[in-house]
Formats: sequence, structure tokens, C-alpha cells
Amino acid sequence: MKITEETVSHVARLARLAMPESERQVLAPQLSDILEYAEKLQEVDMTDVIPTSHPFRQTNVLRDDVVRPSLPHDKALLNAPDSDAGQVRVPAVLEGGGDA
Amino acid sequence: MSVHSVKEILASIQKGETTAADWVKTSLDAIEKIDGELKSFLTVTADHATDLADKKPTGPLGGVPYALKDNMVTEGIRSTAASRILENYVPPYNATVENKLRSAGGVLVGKTNMDEFAMGSSTETSAFQKTLNPYGRGHVPGGSSGGSAAAVAAGLVPFALGSDTGGSIRQPAAFCGVFGLKPTYGRVSRYGLMAFASSLDQIGPFTRTAEDAAIVMNAISGYDERDSTSAKVGTEDFTADLNKGVKGLRIGIVRNLTEEGLNPAIKAAVDGAIRALQGAGAEVVEVDLPHSEYAVATYYLIAPAEASSNLARYDGVRYGRRAEASSMIDLFEQSRSQGFGMEVKRRIIIGTYALSSGYYDAYYKRAQQMRTLIRQDYETAFESCDVIVMPTTPTTAFKLGEKADDPLEMYLNDMYTIPANLAGIPGASIPCGFVDGLPVGLQILAKPFDERTILRVSHAYEQLRDFSWPKPELGVAE
Repeated sequence: MKITEETVSHVARLARLAMPESERQVLAPQLSDILEYAEKLQEVDMTDVIPTSHPFRQTNVLRDDVVRPSLPHDKALLNAPDSDAGQVRVPAVLEGGGDA
Repeated sequence: MSVHSVKEILASIQKGETTAADWVKTSLDAIEKIDGELKSFLTVTADHATDLADKKPTGPLGGVPYALKDNMVTEGIRSTAASRILENYVPPYNATVENKLRSAGGVLVGKTNMDEFAMGSSTETSAFQKTLNPYGRGHVPGGSSGGSAAAVAAGLVPFALGSDTGGSIRQPAAFCGVFGLKPTYGRVSRYGLMAFASSLDQIGPFTRTAEDAAIVMNAISGYDERDSTSAKVGTEDFTADLNKGVKGLRIGIVRNLTEEGLNPAIKAAVDGAIRALQGAGAEVVEVDLPHSEYAVATYYLIAPAEASSNLARYDGVRYGRRAEASSMIDLFEQSRSQGFGMEVKRRIIIGTYALSSGYYDAYYKRAQQMRTLIRQDYETAFESCDVIVMPTTPTTAFKLGEKADDPLEMYLNDMYTIPANLAGIPGASIPCGFVDGLPVGLQILAKPFDERTILRVSHAYEQLRDFSWPKPELGVAE
């Protein structure tokens, strides 16, 4: 599978990564190599093999809905790059452009 | 200054010959003396450690200094995962392992260097510094837990914790000549471990001996309701089987093990270890692991896929580095672009691609199907043996910079360690010789939740090995 710079650019957008051309140029051939190596998996017939998403069977874990202490508000905001009145502050979501 | 095991330190404190404060001072002095060049620590918690030691902590690890890989969060102590995006992150809570070690009386002396977000096999992808190999300044310590392995190998701490997603405890243990154990998936709580690939990540110890690893495992393992994937198995004494020897134990060696790129001198060292175990009464049986050759390809689709999802949380909003931006989307894209290094970006892109529409079946689903076959290979193999042994790595520690520009070549260094993560089984690396002055690791794998047999074989082998052990170039004298 040949990965082009355009593909890298598209996937970077999906992953919310700004990616300068210099990085796309490095990544495209490296990703081609890695995915070409991954083609090995096509050699094996796995038609009826059930996929494994976890080493052991996982079941949903529930607890009783009991109120108990959690991280205090002020502590949770300690690492926020910008906050105001007990809230995390961010640039306007709807104004100022963006392609969302 | 001299190097002591966890067991020796505990014995000395219990006899009243020394105190926690003495050992913390010894450790901090060693860091001061050696780490300017070794660069195994990102943060040294000297004041915290000294204060804690003065309170004469008691418990099964009472007074023993240790280090944590910097992807385990520590309340009030900077935790970066060696990434710019978390350069100034000071967590508001402790990982479960830190709480457990603290309540066992251990004393944290610092946080160790690593590959950024544990993505790498050389610790070179750290955004902050390159750690050297204590046995050869020009060589990498391995990765991703390279700082923890180097710190123990150099004698700066008697033990350290690392995390292992595809070999990140066992490979640096092999490269640095220390004991490293990746427990069974779910054995040690991952609460407070910054997630890389959640179905593969597992925390474990670096120590000088198997017995020390058993002592540390007693302190850190166990079910944790805050990690919903942690295993609901009872606690056990990991030291219980240490002295049972290997007589009658069935040691599996792999028929048709992939030997492409395997240094013949490593093969010879491993064969020597197998003969030693055989001489002590172990029975050697041949087993097959027919899908091993697909493990690296499987891993490098599954791990990046999970990483691309896990690392979505680093967006510059609630914590971590935030870039100047005029819109929300721009803020996400610029914060992540400036905050992540190239290896992290590479894996996010691979993972996002493998999960994206049109490629999911061809890549991610196929990798998960192969994971089933690899897991079944091990289940079948363990029907006829108690442990499987093989080299931990195909080469000794490579040179700094040697593989930095060739990601695929770097990934292939993990070919012997990756399958244990895919299968969820425990595995250790134990020093079994030196080649050109650099350590060689013997990997020992066992059935799920059978760490005790790994520790038993390792402890037995420690009494048998008779190769000459050079002093590290960088480290506290033995």
C-alpha cells in the first residue's frame, strides 16, 4: 500500500494534527514501508477466526450508584491552561472559523 | 557507596543497622554523582524522599527507595510521559501503584526517562533527554522504560517500575543487565498509568534479582476497582515458590524460532542458560508457535490503533500544553502538533489510518484475528510445558542513533517480546551473559497468572549462572 502525502494530510486532519509539509514528506514513505510490512497478514486465511480485542474475556464492570467524594473542583482545574469562574476557558467554538 | 538488593536493604533496616534516611541518602547521592551523565531521571524528588524517610516508614518495603517511570502519575510531582505536551503537568492524584508502594513503606526518589508516551524501543524519543546504557555510553538503554532499567543497572535505586506494551520492560532489562518482569495483563492496576495501548499495557518491576521482583510484586499486584480491566484474582505470595528448584520442570524451546537478525552470540548465551537449567534437572521439550512471524505486524496495527484513540485526550483544553489559536479546531491541531514528537505522530497516523473507513477490515480486524491465532499458539504450547524460553532480543543494545531514522527496523527489535502482550501472558528477562561487554537477556514466559513459576526458574538460574559480569561503565561500584 503506497501512502501519499495527500493521504497523510487527510489522516492527520482526522486525528486533529496540524502537519507541515516537511513532516508529511518524512512520514509518507515510512508509513508505506510499515503498511507494506503489515501486508504479511494477508497471507493467512482467517475467514472463520474470531477477532481478539482483549487478552481475557472482559465484562462490563458496574458499581452501586452511591455518592462518594471525587476530585475537588479546584484541584481538577489546577492544570487547566486557562480558566475562569470555575470553568475551563477556550476560544470561541462557533466564531473565528475552523472547518468543523 | 555500594549496590544492595531490596532484600538486603530490608534486612539491614530491620536489624537496626541502617535507617530509611541512610538508604534514601545513598540513592540521592548516587543520582547526584552518576545521573548528570547517565540521564535516567527526569525528576528527582529529593525533598519529598528525605521528608518521607525521616518519618521512618514501615511495611513490607519499609525504607526502600525506588523510582517510577514518568508515565505513572504522582500527586504534586510533575509527570510528563517524556512529552512536551505534558511538560508542566502536575497530577492531582496518584497512580494505584504509587499508593501501594507508599503504603508498603517505599520511598519515591524520582521519575525516570522513557520514550515519549512509551512509544519506542530506545528511550530516544523522549522529548527531554537521551539516557545512556550503563554498560556502554555509546549505546541505548533500550525502551521504552529505558530510564528505569538504567537507574537500576547503575545502582541508583534498588528497584524501579516500568510499563510493558510490546516489550518495554523486558527489552531494556535485557539491554541493561537487570531483571525485568511483565506480569500477566490485569495483574497490576493500570489506574494512573497514562494509557498507550490499553489492551496491552501492563506495569511491572525492574530489580537486580528475581527474589526482589517477587517482593515488589507482593506490594503492587491485586484487583483495583478503579481499573475495570484489572483481574479479579486473589492475592498471592510471589516469593512462595522461589526455592523449589527446576527439577522435573518442563522448559519449552521453540522449534523454528524466527532467527532472522538474531546475533549468534546471543543464541549461544541462551543455549548455555538452557543447558544449565537442564543440568539442574529441568526437562527440555520442543514447542511450536507457528504464528510468531506475524506478531510484529499485528502489534504495529493494534497498538497504534489503540494509541490514536487514547491520545485523543491531549487536546490542549483541560490540561497540558495549549497552543495560541483563534478557533477550537485550530487549538486542537496546533496544541497536538507542537506537543507531540515524530514517533507519537507516526503512530497516531498509522492507528487512525488502520481504523479509518475502508481500511478497518483489511488492517485492524485482520490484526485482531491474528491476535487470536497467536494467543491460541501459546495456549497449545503451554499444554506441554511449564515455561517457554527464548532470547529477549535479537541483538544487544544498539548504538545511539543507529535505528532512529528507520522505524520499521526499530520495531523488528521487539519480535520476541511482542507476542506476550498480544497473548496477555507474563514474561521476564533475566541476564544470561555478556557479548562484547553488553548484557544479554534470557526471556522466560509462562501461562497467565503463573508469574510464580517464572520467578522460580529465574531464582534457580541465578544460582547456576557463572559467566563473568563486568562492572558498568556508568554506575555505583559493586
